[in-house]
Amino acid sequence: MHIEVKDLNKHFGDFHAVRGVSFDIQKGRLIGLLGPSGGGKTSILRMLAGLEKPDSGDIIFHGRRVNDLPPQERGIGFVFQNYALFKHMTVYDNIAFGLKVKKQSKEQIRERVMSLVELTGLKGFEHRYPNQLSGGQRQRVAFARALAPEPQLLLLDEPFAAIDAKIRQELRTWLKDMIERLGITSIFVTHDQDEAIEVADEIMIINKGRLEQKGSPWDIYKNPQTQFVASFIGESTIVSDIAKLRGFEDAVAWPDTKALIRPEYIEVGRPNEFSIISATEPGRIKHIHFRGSEWMVEVEVGEVTLITYRSLEKEVLQPGQEVQVLIHRAYLFNDSDSWIMENKLKEDPMPIHI
Amino acid sequence: MLYFVVLIVLPILGIYTQSLSGGWATFWASVSDPLAWKAVLLTVRLSVVATMINVLAGTMIGWVLIRYRFWGRSLLNSLVDLPFALPTAVGGLMILLLLGPNSLIGDLAGKLGFEIVFHEPAIVIAMVFVTFPFVIRAVQPLLEEMDPSEEEAAYTMGASKSKTFLQVILPTMLPGIISGGMLAFSRALAEFGAVVLVAGNIPGKTLIASVFIFGEVESDNPQGAASVSILLLTLSFLILWTVNIIQSRRAGK
Amino acid sequence: MKRLWITLTYIVFTILLIIPLIRIFTGAWAEGWQGIAEALTRPQSLHALMMTGMIVVIVTVINTLFGVMLAIYLVRAPWLGPRVKQLLNSLVDLPFAVSPVIGGLMIVLLLGPNTVIGTFFEAAGFKVVYALPGMVLATLFVTFPLMVREVMPVLQEIGSQQEEAASTLGAYSWYTFWKVTWPSIRWGVIYGVVLTVARSMGEFGAVLVVSGNIMNKTQTATTLVYQDVENFNVLAANSVALVLAAISIALLLLMEWAKKRKGH
Repeated sequence: MHIEVKDLNKHFGDFHAVRGVSFDIQKGRLIGLLGPSGGGKTSILRMLAGLEKPDSGDIIFHGRRVNDLPPQERGIGFVFQNYALFKHMTVYDNIAFGLKVKKQSKEQIRERVMSLVELTGLKGFEHRYPNQLSGGQRQRVAFARALAPEPQLLLLDEPFAAIDAKIRQELRTWLKDMIERLGITSIFVTHDQDEAIEVADEIMIINKGRLEQKGSPWDIYKNPQTQFVASFIGESTIVSDIAKLRGFEDAVAWPDTKALIRPEYIEVGRPNEFSIISATEPGRIKHIHFRGSEWMVEVEVGEVTLITYRSLEKEVLQPGQEVQVLIHRAYLFNDSDSWIMENKLKEDPMPIHI
Repeated sequence: MLYFVVLIVLPILGIYTQSLSGGWATFWASVSDPLAWKAVLLTVRLSVVATMINVLAGTMIGWVLIRYRFWGRSLLNSLVDLPFALPTAVGGLMILLLLGPNSLIGDLAGKLGFEIVFHEPAIVIAMVFVTFPFVIRAVQPLLEEMDPSEEEAAYTMGASKSKTFLQVILPTMLPGIISGGMLAFSRALAEFGAVVLVAGNIPGKTLIASVFIFGEVESDNPQGAASVSILLLTLSFLILWTVNIIQSRRAGK
Repeated sequence: MKRLWITLTYIVFTILLIIPLIRIFTGAWAEGWQGIAEALTRPQSLHALMMTGMIVVIVTVINTLFGVMLAIYLVRAPWLGPRVKQLLNSLVDLPFAVSPVIGGLMIVLLLGPNTVIGTFFEAAGFKVVYALPGMVLATLFVTFPLMVREVMPVLQEIGSQQEEAASTLGAYSWYTFWKVTWPSIRWGVIYGVVLTVARSMGEFGAVLVVSGNIMNKTQTATTLVYQDVENFNVLAANSVALVLAAISIALLLLMEWAKKRKGH
């Protein structure tokens, strides 16, 4: 579904929540609306859904202006932050809801619901009630329910905010796979950068009601276009030849792939500070800057200069000092794809089996 | 929507216009009739007494029902709502039977020189009966919500049980006591059914405002009735408004 | 200390509630079953009970419908500004503040035989005051807030997200109400119904004023009790009161049961 938004504005009382936002989205793309809380992302999403009315501006789905269409008629699926499952209905009935509204036949409904139940890994749970499910399961029901009536556009409002950190990673990957498989145009709201980078094809950074920048995660990190974006994404290092770094040799399989390494995922220190020394490689400190609450460290590893932070509690490092560097993970980008690669050597190569 | 407007707003406006229709002079005359303002005064005075009793008894009962476990607790808890369910006339009859001249207690009281029925005490009892649940039901949720660690903290700092009660628990219950008390007061002012049966309704002595209004209506004096109604209404509205403010302030906390 | 409070509590309950109830029972029983049956089968008793029954049914049905509707409007309607909603909210509580006698008076003043609207209706052959319609109106007024007040907090608590979800899935208002909203407010509504029934059955002051208490024409059970007491017909008064008290206790039990189901 081709989506155009032109000059969207929304006030809540005196608060100007959304200011002149305009963008285009192509069919089948997975877009992340990223930004700090209260910035207007959810309002934009809700206006796209028809749950709020914009004060001015146009929303166009596939060439047709939909401002005056109610949510029932927009062909959308919406996944709420707190799932909003129908408490008095079973999983089956929840998913079937949109189909029952359309008065489809029982067999049709059964077929579609069961296929979704399989797809979302909820087989065997169809007759349970929401309060008998875990957070992750509920989220999957919400997802299946939104997809049942075959919407053209899928909208997700902070879908993982209410989920345990442990399961979040799994669900994220699962969601991305699912959406790619179905090819459905999707927009999700998040305030978590990692989530946006990992899941989205394109990111729109929204702050104080304005669209700061729109582009692939790679574009944004490489060329932040506004002050806000630059400070929001932090100082990451971009590496052209990641295969040269220890633990990432597998990257030779993907030539023309660049890597983005976030400072949080780089560790520097003396050899005795590391538990898996085999995963580290030697480096030399180039500069060190005091940042009030921590040190910012520029360290050279081979031909690459990496930026990272170091706690004030640890032993102070000096420029020119030889240190060990551990890179935990990197985001890999090329023209068609993006994914996370973990440092392979972090796993103990010789596990002891008892 | 319309239903709401017609049913509620119109009648209230109607009464205000009617009583003032005879002009300010008539209004004033009706209101300054000694019987009229004596009735209102009596009503207010007795309602205050009834409310005080209810506040004390209600707070205690609310406390006991929430804090203590004992045989018959849930039965008593359910019984609290009885005055809500029972017709006021039946309530009045019950009091009449219990305390009237032909009953055990009535006789006893008579011998002690105490007149109950057909005198002020009966009115107060009727009012207490009818407004019994208000303070209790207002205090209970506050006690339930209260964090037990507040109390525990007080004990660990050496406060005695009664001191803790006065300084930690009572303030938590206070908004409930106040709003429950005000609702009870408002209701007591308005009560008719239970009182009319037991009061004897002697003008100037045991005639409360609502019965006075009734009397005026029966004697075909709608203006007089309306005037006193205005007084009573305005008083009740003020109270209701105050309760609303207290409650919204609490919700805003 | 604890014992003292519990005992005191028991004493209060016994004096205030339990003994009086027993007294009604014994009072009615003064001439045994026979006495009660006679008192209850008097033509005016039967008529009064029937009147009460009719009023209860009509008032409960109307106030349930409109009460639920209004509650939904007050909590959910996006097109009502917050100020208007607050005002309406306070207005809903109005009947609580008004003495029932005053309530009845207002109806008489607005719709009585001496007024514009009253004479209009009377010409159409439709008596309002001193007849059933007036009594129904008076009782509607008095019991109005009960349903609204029960449903509103429930609606607020469950939040509007489930309803929004339903709308994104293609459901319009009526369907959403039945499938999504109603299951959540069901017990609140039932509790409200029980309260309304109890209150309309027990209504006295307003009905007394509006009905004129004309025996066999516009008398309800409660006003009949009043009349019997005034006429020193204690046995009859007790019998009718006994019936009312028995129904009240049954209602009380229903109330408590519905309250528990609501609380879940």
